[in-house]
Amino acid sequence: MSNAPKALFDKVWDAHVVRKIEDGPDVLFIDRHFIHEVTSPVAFLGLENRGLNVLFPERTFATADHNTPTINQHLPVQDPLSANQLKALEQNSAKWGISHWGLGHQKNGIVHVVGPENGITLPGMTIVCGDSHTSTHGAFGAIAFGIGTSEVEMVLSSQCIMQPKAKKMRINVNGQLNKGVTPKDVILYIISQISASGATGYFVEYAGDVFRNMTMEGRMTVCNMSIEMGARGGMIAPDETTFAFIKGREKAPKGEAWEKALAYWKTLKTDEGVVFDLEYSYNAADIEPMITYGTNPGMGIGITKKIPTSSEVKDGKASYEKSLNYMGFHEGEEMIGKKVDYVFIGSCTNGRIEDFRAFASIVKGRKKADGVTAWIVPGSHVVEAQIREEGIYDILTEAGFQLRQPGCSACLAMNDDKIPAGKYAVSTSNRNFEGRQGPGARTLLASPLVAAAAAVTGKVTDPRELI
Amino acid sequence: MAYDKFTVLRSSAVPMPIENVDTDQIIPARFLKATKREGFGDNLFRDWRYNSDNTPKQDFVLNNPIYSGKILVAGKNFGSGSSREHAAWAIYDYGFRCVVSSFFADIFKNNSLNIGILPVTVSPEFLDKIYTAIEKDPKTELEVNLPEQTITILATGEQESFDINGYKKHNMLNGFDDIDFLQDIKDGIKTFADTSLY
Repeated sequence: MSNAPKALFDKVWDAHVVRKIEDGPDVLFIDRHFIHEVTSPVAFLGLENRGLNVLFPERTFATADHNTPTINQHLPVQDPLSANQLKALEQNSAKWGISHWGLGHQKNGIVHVVGPENGITLPGMTIVCGDSHTSTHGAFGAIAFGIGTSEVEMVLSSQCIMQPKAKKMRINVNGQLNKGVTPKDVILYIISQISASGATGYFVEYAGDVFRNMTMEGRMTVCNMSIEMGARGGMIAPDETTFAFIKGREKAPKGEAWEKALAYWKTLKTDEGVVFDLEYSYNAADIEPMITYGTNPGMGIGITKKIPTSSEVKDGKASYEKSLNYMGFHEGEEMIGKKVDYVFIGSCTNGRIEDFRAFASIVKGRKKADGVTAWIVPGSHVVEAQIREEGIYDILTEAGFQLRQPGCSACLAMNDDKIPAGKYAVSTSNRNFEGRQGPGARTLLASPLVAAAAAVTGKVTDPRELI
Repeated sequence: MAYDKFTVLRSSAVPMPIENVDTDQIIPARFLKATKREGFGDNLFRDWRYNSDNTPKQDFVLNNPIYSGKILVAGKNFGSGSSREHAAWAIYDYGFRCVVSSFFADIFKNNSLNIGILPVTVSPEFLDKIYTAIEKDPKTELEVNLPEQTITILATGEQESFDINGYKKHNMLNGFDDIDFLQDIKDGIKTFADTSLY
């Protein structure tokens, strides 16, 4: 054993390498595998075609989220194709003995919300799912990332995937965050600095007091969007905040096993002296509430700033103009005051209790603006129950908002929650791609505070004016 | 699903000089509802290719009959966004076997290699040369030579080499996939699992 300093990422990765292939990928053992209805059916079909079995069914967890309706979940799903996928997930899970939290199950919710909620996600694990926002689980000091359906089939049949080890990047943010600046603003700021492809080929570790001082919900929001700068994933070293969050959750280790795990988890941090392949440092004080104006998550600015001119951006002029054209925006315009038609709060990025608390903090005592349609979608039934218990439900209802049922919803608009063509949506989700929230929909990514400010004013508004 | 072997591909190419083409453009989420891997090519670039009434958009490159071929040539950061392998399936099902770009998103690149599409990364300068050659003659052919790891614009002889790791190269040349490999080492995996902390 060498005593050379090791990065958190290396510690966890190296502990899971079953075999190294010369001039090829590592065979990586996967501790936990999440599946959902959209990216798993073809993988199960593949198993059948090859005559293979699920090797370790107890390591895979199924939940329905991507195309589930967010109202009337007690009724049969109307869309026959969605219903068929949900049925396939249920049948495949039953056939192979995989835990399945289907529509209506009390533990059902968005896969990246329910995993941590139930203590399935733990520090030091390798976690994959056929969903790019699997990076969320990195908040616990796990190596977690999205995989394709062929890899889902690999994990089902062998509990391994084959991938080359990524390069290492560290992103430090130090200092005190300004009023009205949330974890979502921190990550949108980082992506705006690094660009939508700037971390491609890297695995990111987030370090510095800003992340140390964040709650687990906040850390999950940050790690969730690692993929939006192209990173394989992002992670934060576990600490007392992490351990306190996990302790007592259903599938978390208990008693002696807890003590043993804890001792190991405390070693999961980057040693002094590790050199990263790339390192960035930012000042918390430079970050203001963020909003995006374009069609990739790197196209974000401080809410009081003006849309950059094509000479100020790195992307090609033609692509930049195409993007602004789609959004119906012009170079040099202010974002403040722009009309908003829809507001969406939810998703694996901002669908946790803390996000609804933030939203409610601005909505309280105000009314939903006329002309704004708001979709308020908890990340899970557990979050939904918390919203009711904490009185947030009453605040929302009094302000004229309706609470929907859990699911991915308008983040990717696979169900009926689609933003109509040409309409503007302030969304707490993770992608502002063309048509992401419905064909022709125009998405402005922002924090729950910015979303709340838009919901009560009907336009892009600096939330600091309402706090 | 093992796939067709890839050795040398000679074909005209379809140019798409747009940056950051994300997987929601390659195949929008509402077309991910199948439980079988069939017919995804029909919805490749759906919202760029068709109007809302399903009539083709005349100005989109796939609707322009002068361009055809098994190679798609695209701007940097191709395939960013979602992990949906459906994006790679749609490209394959449409008839492409190779995508050339100056930069690929990570997951898309992996997914492509896993289903037998060869992602070829070239320099931005070489990408421009390809666009210029296609502009001059839309039927101009490219040769993608996997054993030699080269891509050549046949009309001009301009050539660049590309990277691929030896393991993936061997797989593509032979039509093998990772699932075959992992089945072969299953005993080792089981032994490893016995020592797992979780």
